[in-house]
Amino acid sequence: MPLLWLFLIVLAIAAVGYVLGRSRALQSAGGDSRDLHSLPSYYGTNVAMKAAVPAFLLMLVWLLVQPLYINTVISGAIPDSAISDGANLGLVMSEVRRTAEGLDALVAAGEMTEAFARSARADLGDITQRLQDAGQIVTSEVTQPILRAAQDYRVMNATGSLLMSGAVIVLSLAGLLWGLRESQAAFRARNVVEAGVRALLIAAASIAILTTIGIVLSLVFNTIEFFRLYPASDFFFGLEWAPSFSGRGGSSELGVIPLLWGTFYISIVALLVAVPIGLFAAIYLSEYASRRVRGIAKPMLEVLAGIPTIVYGLFALLTVGPLLLSVFGREGLGWMQAGTAVMTAGIVMGIMLIPFVSSLSDDIINAVPQAMRDGSYGLGATKSETIKQVVLPAALPGIVGAILLAASRAIGETMIVVLGAGAAARLSLNPFEAMTTVTAKIVSQLTGDADFASPEALVAFALGMTLFVITLGLNVFALYIVRKYREQYE
Amino acid sequence: MYDAPNTELHVTQNDIKIAARKVQVYYGDTHAIKDVDVDIEDKTVTAFIGPSGCGKSTFLRCINRMNDTIDICRVEGDIQIDGEDIYDKRVDPVQLRAKVGMVFQKPNPFPKSIYDNIAYGPKIHGLAKNKADLDEIVEKALRRGAIWDEVKDRLHAPGTGLSGGQQQRLCIARAVATEPEVLLMDEPCSALDPIATAQVEELIDELKQNYSVVIVTHSMQQAARVSQKTAFFHLGHLVEYGETGKIFTNPEDTRTESYITGRIG
Amino acid sequence: MTDASMQGGAAAPSRKSSIHTIDARTKKRNAAEARFKAYGLAAILVGLFFLVVLAVSIVRNGLPAFTETTVDLEFVLTEEQYQEAEGTLFKTAAYTDFFIAGLREQLVEDGVEVAFDEDAIERILGKVGGNLREFYRANEDKLGEPVSFTMSASSRVDGYMNGRVTRDGLEDSRFLMATDLDLVDVLRDAGIITQSFNWNFITGADSGVDNPGGAGIGASVVGSFFMMIVVLVLSLPIGVAASIYLEEFAPQNRFTDLIEVNISNLAAVPSIVFGILGLAVFIQFMHLPQSAPLVGGLVLTLMTLPTIIISTRASLKSVPPSIRDAALGVGASKMQAVFHHVLPLAMPGILTGTIIGLAQALGETAPLLLIGMVGFVARGYPDGFVGGFTEANSAMPAQIYTWAARADVSFYEKAWGGIIILLLFLLTMNIIAIILRRRFERRW
Repeated sequence: MPLLWLFLIVLAIAAVGYVLGRSRALQSAGGDSRDLHSLPSYYGTNVAMKAAVPAFLLMLVWLLVQPLYINTVISGAIPDSAISDGANLGLVMSEVRRTAEGLDALVAAGEMTEAFARSARADLGDITQRLQDAGQIVTSEVTQPILRAAQDYRVMNATGSLLMSGAVIVLSLAGLLWGLRESQAAFRARNVVEAGVRALLIAAASIAILTTIGIVLSLVFNTIEFFRLYPASDFFFGLEWAPSFSGRGGSSELGVIPLLWGTFYISIVALLVAVPIGLFAAIYLSEYASRRVRGIAKPMLEVLAGIPTIVYGLFALLTVGPLLLSVFGREGLGWMQAGTAVMTAGIVMGIMLIPFVSSLSDDIINAVPQAMRDGSYGLGATKSETIKQVVLPAALPGIVGAILLAASRAIGETMIVVLGAGAAARLSLNPFEAMTTVTAKIVSQLTGDADFASPEALVAFALGMTLFVITLGLNVFALYIVRKYREQYE
Repeated sequence: MYDAPNTELHVTQNDIKIAARKVQVYYGDTHAIKDVDVDIEDKTVTAFIGPSGCGKSTFLRCINRMNDTIDICRVEGDIQIDGEDIYDKRVDPVQLRAKVGMVFQKPNPFPKSIYDNIAYGPKIHGLAKNKADLDEIVEKALRRGAIWDEVKDRLHAPGTGLSGGQQQRLCIARAVATEPEVLLMDEPCSALDPIATAQVEELIDELKQNYSVVIVTHSMQQAARVSQKTAFFHLGHLVEYGETGKIFTNPEDTRTESYITGRIG
Repeated sequence: MTDASMQGGAAAPSRKSSIHTIDARTKKRNAAEARFKAYGLAAILVGLFFLVVLAVSIVRNGLPAFTETTVDLEFVLTEEQYQEAEGTLFKTAAYTDFFIAGLREQLVEDGVEVAFDEDAIERILGKVGGNLREFYRANEDKLGEPVSFTMSASSRVDGYMNGRVTRDGLEDSRFLMATDLDLVDVLRDAGIITQSFNWNFITGADSGVDNPGGAGIGASVVGSFFMMIVVLVLSLPIGVAASIYLEEFAPQNRFTDLIEVNISNLAAVPSIVFGILGLAVFIQFMHLPQSAPLVGGLVLTLMTLPTIIISTRASLKSVPPSIRDAALGVGASKMQAVFHHVLPLAMPGILTGTIIGLAQALGETAPLLLIGMVGFVARGYPDGFVGGFTEANSAMPAQIYTWAARADVSFYEKAWGGIIILLLFLLTMNIIAIILRRRFERRW
């Protein structure tokens, strides 16, 4: 728990700083707070801020950079000969880390002394045995270079943490002193503190940007890594999806087309369910329903939107699937082989999207000015004629936007397809057959046994990239349409 | 209070188109229109004037049952058009509204082309047998709306692209296209500039040759310019009804006089 | 037909027609109107029908998870019997024999007669002899006095008692024979087999794949709880700070636009992509422990932030500018105006939005799959508070998925039961949000 302790120490320094800064400022004004430029608490806050913020920033940066640095140094030290056929540096490094973690655990459990864990002459067989006994390692045997690297890794980590603790505490104390020196009556403490708070606010707002950057970077780097191992053209145009299960074989077929087909097919079925029902529900609620009916039916429908997707997944797997199977299965029409199918997932996903489509459409229909309706009624149009020929055409761009947003939801939905759509990648037109989607395969490729450095696992990042680009495109386009539409009536 | 025998004196030879007796309108618990009796003549422009909230628009919307579209609104009493009760159970408001057209305060062209705006009414009422017929109806309506020359080259441009005054004339043309017998106008010029207002007023004057026109207006000058008969509403009552000239020069009720001279309203 | 005079003829009478007679065309139009309205009503009813089907299947399939079937038997083992059993070669078998003898005695006392053998007992109760032996070896002082044993029945028998397993659909197997059900019926009538509330399901931890009866959701509730603490502690301050900046301080410039665009896009990024982010950044890059609620909480925080920011901004916006002007007018700085006046007034709205965001995060599953909270057997509670964040654990939705993905259908009942618990939590959170909104809602 050294991190937690470090954190608490810095906080303590800041707290002390607050008290000292406040009293020092008061003292400089001769105890009369009216002679101060700002309220006394601002002087204290100023000191606390200077003691804590830079120190925490340093801690954060250090924590991010240290593993990177250690990784580079260690992997540079691993001789090429240690990398066996079929493996790569990434695989070896993860083995190094596992060994290091195993040693850590053994030391922590008291089964090995620190000196022994560091000893260069340690017997490989003995260490492997002891690691395996403690259930710490999965590889067959720890080799000499890996053990050496693991030992270096541990030493560097320990030194790094020690250095960081020192640096953070020193920085915190320096901040404290700096803040205290400033605590004079004439010092504009409030302005400084407010500038600091403002900076914190900006930092918080920037997290949205950082998250996007994080998503893009984690997708891009791993996708590039994947395309280094597997040709991009085979990925984008391959008609077959058949990853090898060994996790290291080169015989995998990783074509994205069958997955995209499954994704779109299921999404289309979902939209065929959700759009008519959602749209008609929205029309009824906004144009026909009495206030009481609306007050009951609208929240009830919206309950469907608040239900977690895992529930829908289970509903697809255990209720809708068997139900469809009893009608379309071998005992019924004979079109369906198993409960998991495009239809199953599509229908359930459609149910999930009904409130999404209906509440968006409801908003959009309500945004059509009443004057339009009056104009139409004034000409002797019935309600349905008004809706079909005036309200809906006026709301059309917005509704198209809403449908696109729903489509983007459907494409990105995971749990329903993982549980309800099946696992086989297929290019088929039969909606009663099992198919699989991009999201389902991301899950299966990253939760399987494949090593993270193998193409079978890395393909998930390329799939994620594909998914991200498609949904982002749909969203941006849909939001653009909706915004254009709103402007029209504002 | 409006004195029925008195107005009889000013009735010209035109037929009575709309006859209202003891009309009451309630919005929820609010009693918005109280005991209104009025006879509106054919081929005449009748103006409803009065301060804001006096109920003149509400009463106008009773004549083609537009108030039906408001849930909390309730109408009692008797309104007849050509001797037929429009609140009779047998009446379909949809059919009634084809006969009693309406133009609204703010120009509200549909987000469609100019042509489709006009053709909408005839289409839903089945007035045209084919395309050529429809074209003819549209042209006739646009000519009656005094806007044909301005839009004949861009019939398929969106109606929302026109200027405010053009839009309002388009809406009048749209109302005319369904061949109504009565035309209700709810402050048709309140959103228009003076030039556009003048054009619309000129149009109203022409329309009275074929229709019974009822216009609600805020502007007493406008009422004086375009109408032959004027009704003054105050706090839900019809205070005075008579020849426009008489109302403005020699009102009988003190409230009418106060309003006209600018002391109330 | 298209003759102009014909049209004129057709149009003219309609003009003078009485409004008291409804013409054919209007009738047709009214019929179309009624049809259209019926479609709308049908759509609503279909939507509500789905909701009802969903609710019914959750309740019907999930409720049995809350009951367990037990066999209660008062049993005396004498000192001699104990010595004798310990002296034999197959010790547990000897205990089983004693148990069967005791059961027969009990049945004779109750005056019922039924034939059964050792295998039937094993199918119904599992290895009963082993349990007995374990008990008496630990409590030798209990020898010779009556001890009442409560033992869980097998999941198949449990299913029979709950109606999940029926005689019609039963095929004899080494798990359950049709004749066993006769015995179960007799034992139930004799009050030896009873059903009771399954506390273990609520408080217990997950069991292995071979023991559906012993699986409980308690440990993953704790996992979810720690995750929600992380989400709350991070997303509330960050979300509020970001919203305050964007709503109150941000100048109109490119940087602000960039933030706005990012927030609205992040709100629509599929949750699985956040899982990928968590895997790549928190686990691969920062080497945080896999399956830890800390990592789950971080990922869910990033996912929930846009929701919280959007709702917080809405409640900040609803505070009228006159409040800000009043504070600035008495000489407060802009920062003081916001923190002393605007923020407290917007707080109920912010809390409501946060609770709804938390509820969303609580039910989210997909990102948790990728950071390793699935497939993992959460066998126990974490040690202490810090361990709650860093030790591998599961979370409610992840646990439900794990059960749903297991081959043994007996786990499905647990998954549905887990859903009931999950939905109860969500319901509670939403009700709190509604109460907050009702109680503190201000209309300006």
